[in-house]
Amino acid sequence: MYVAVKGGEAAISNAHRLLADRRRGDRSLPSITIDQVAEQLGLAVDRVMAEASLYDRSLAALAVRQSRGDLIEAIFLLRAYRTTLPRFGNSVPLDTAAMQVERRVSATYKDLPGGQLLGPTFDYTHRLLDPSLLTDEEVDEPARKPASGEEVMRVSDILAHEGLIEADGDLPQDHEAGDLTREPMEFPMGRDLRLQALARGDEGFLLALGYSTQRGYGRNHPFVGEVRIGEVEVEMEVPELGFAVSLGRIRVTECQMVNQFKGSSKAPPQFTRGYGLVFGQSERKAMSMSLVDRALRADELGEDITAPAQDEEFVISHSDNVQATGFVEHLKLPHYVDFQAELAMVRKMRADIEAARAADRGENEMKDAAE
Amino acid sequence: MSTDTQAFTGGFSDPVFQSQSVFRKLMDGMARPGSIHTVEHDAGQPDPLGAAAGAIALTLCDHDTPVWLSAGFAKSAVGEWIGFHSGATITREKAEARFAFAEPGVTPSSFGLFSLGTQEYPDRSTTLVIEVAGLSEGQSFTLSGPGILQSKTVEIAGLPEAFLRLWADNRPLFPRGVDVILTAGRSFLCLPRTTKIVA
Amino acid sequence: MTADLATYNFAYLDEQTKRMIRRAILKAIAIPGYQVPFASREMPMPYGWGTGGVQVTASIIGRQDVLKVIDQGADDTTNAVSIRAFFQKVADVAVTTHTKDATIIQTRHRIPEQKLTEDQVLVYQVPIPEPLRFLEPRETETRKMHALEEYGLMHVKLYEDIAQNGRISKTYAYPVKVDGRYVMDPSPTPKFDNPKMHMSDALQLFGAGREKRIYAVPPHTEVVSLDFEDYPFEIQTFEQDCALCGAHGVYLDEVVLDDRGGRMFVCSDTDHCEDRREHGHVGAMLAPNQEAAE
Repeated sequence: MYVAVKGGEAAISNAHRLLADRRRGDRSLPSITIDQVAEQLGLAVDRVMAEASLYDRSLAALAVRQSRGDLIEAIFLLRAYRTTLPRFGNSVPLDTAAMQVERRVSATYKDLPGGQLLGPTFDYTHRLLDPSLLTDEEVDEPARKPASGEEVMRVSDILAHEGLIEADGDLPQDHEAGDLTREPMEFPMGRDLRLQALARGDEGFLLALGYSTQRGYGRNHPFVGEVRIGEVEVEMEVPELGFAVSLGRIRVTECQMVNQFKGSSKAPPQFTRGYGLVFGQSERKAMSMSLVDRALRADELGEDITAPAQDEEFVISHSDNVQATGFVEHLKLPHYVDFQAELAMVRKMRADIEAARAADRGENEMKDAAE
Repeated sequence: MSTDTQAFTGGFSDPVFQSQSVFRKLMDGMARPGSIHTVEHDAGQPDPLGAAAGAIALTLCDHDTPVWLSAGFAKSAVGEWIGFHSGATITREKAEARFAFAEPGVTPSSFGLFSLGTQEYPDRSTTLVIEVAGLSEGQSFTLSGPGILQSKTVEIAGLPEAFLRLWADNRPLFPRGVDVILTAGRSFLCLPRTTKIVA
Repeated sequence: MTADLATYNFAYLDEQTKRMIRRAILKAIAIPGYQVPFASREMPMPYGWGTGGVQVTASIIGRQDVLKVIDQGADDTTNAVSIRAFFQKVADVAVTTHTKDATIIQTRHRIPEQKLTEDQVLVYQVPIPEPLRFLEPRETETRKMHALEEYGLMHVKLYEDIAQNGRISKTYAYPVKVDGRYVMDPSPTPKFDNPKMHMSDALQLFGAGREKRIYAVPPHTEVVSLDFEDYPFEIQTFEQDCALCGAHGVYLDEVVLDDRGGRMFVCSDTDHCEDRREHGHVGAMLAPNQEAAE
């Protein structure tokens, strides 16, 4: 006797209960706190903030914990919360030249004003598993030096001083920065929207695309002008006051890629730029972003579009990991109505073929008999 | 009441549910051209804006939708009221307007100065809200098109004389074109660009 | 930080978002079959799982509404259960599984068997709204094709299918032309349901969240499945009747009973099936003795 499946609600609620159990894990171990996640898994928290486009370390840490460490799930959680937040206005552009720099490296100059500053990097660590982390060993305080007050000037400004790099873009005076989370997307899109899409794009996807440009799929001869990580002030104009007030400080990673130069009848030969800026500390993401930003400027710079990384519609349509994971994973939802339709069609087509073959055989037998 | 204070009074008393109610009638009205709907909730709109037109403004307009007003509305408190309650900016450029409100008896010289949308994006066109003397009274018109089973007869009093000619020019532009909502006090009916009208 | 996390507006979306979606819906109705771009929001459920349908429903639903949600024709599939629970939670609306009692029906992959009425709205969840997408992946190109009413490529593709398979082998998401102008994707409903869209008494709204498009078919509007004079459009037929309620001429699901080829066919529309059984209809599987039903 067949009984139709029922009890979807009970099944869902039991599944969620089991999920909560697995998230908690062994009850004899203390549960991790949001502060611990924010402090000790800080780069996971940074990635979640960056790709969710919401700067809030506590909420991002909560999302990481709630998602059991599945970062795309955490990004999704934080984005769904972000959507519900009211919008007060736009900040004034961040002044990354005034950044309180914690790390700053340039590949284009041996030394430069402000110096090379390694900061808290994995670079030059030997990737050997560290047994000291198995226990809660004392960690040394970092070495500090007093702020020199020396301006950490941007490499792009050094080149711009000589007129050797293109200007920093030229948006119309009354241009208001777009927001693809509030307006329908349309191709081709402005660079502001494109950079927004890249800033919240999937780190892995951008990494692969950036890598592909290095391997010849839209090569753009990049030099890391500089990467800098540190805190910047976020300010907002208040019309009633007539000046900008500070809303607080955020940590960001900025990458200025200096790329192949080109001259034309109008402009003398000069370097071009690719730009990357992400919340938190993520050099990999900022560098990948600047490679892809530069690749996507192919049309603007009159270059042939031959590679995936140069194809705006392709890149932007597929860079969002929350969209991508939703649609890929939706394939596990029931599709049996459509499958039934396909099943019936395949059976029918096979039956037609069988019938045609049988008819052929019949004809041949008749022929044989007649001969 | 001075025009100044009129602009800051009124509005829906329960915006979430009242705008939902007005929208459902608009949706039904657009889906069934010529069907007459009555707005139940007071928008407290200033004269000479009608009750239905006021409720429609509060339901659909905001800072993303520039609004154009006919001369009579423009010199009243209507513009300030819409601006204050919805956040919409009032524009003098017809082509910029997502919504246009016209008082009774005003005949636009052409719909073509309003945004008609483009062939690629025909949705980017103006919706005109035109006040007439009365619905369910006056001259008979026969409507047909999507949303109408065969045909539908409606009575409209005080439809601007040039309207039918302008509408006849609008229809062949499809998919481009304006959409119209006729209001009369608390009542309204919708005329999407697909509707054919015969006197 | 945590205390104010759970304060959401009626039907989840903020009013500004609802207004934006409502404007898109009105334009969609005014231009039947045309896909209106809208600024789809991040919803608390995954893209591809009905976020477009949910946003449309959230923008139209009110206190008086009675909501039905189906997936594959069934009210009790997990995603339908989840979406229904979402609206119960954020909008506190009445829900039903009875087609005839619903004012809004949100659906994935099916149109109910029972004829819908003027007082109902059918909201479709749409994964890929662009019917030309399988011919041309670029939005910039397909938008031009719609603008110029350039649908030749679609006909070529369908004809190639005939040349190769002897028939149009498309069985679901079968393209339709709306009011003689726009070619439209009916969402991945089986083509069995296409005729129900034609001159429907109910308003039909389509929401594609990930692809950020809303489109509509007003009531009493022509919806024609694309075909050729020598290869007319035809819907699926089933040799069997529903094993539970004996219904004929409805869409059936195949249920595998064992590993020896045993299978049965039952109504995909679970409400339709239950309603028939309540009214005394009995299929072969439920008949007191097998012969009586045969």
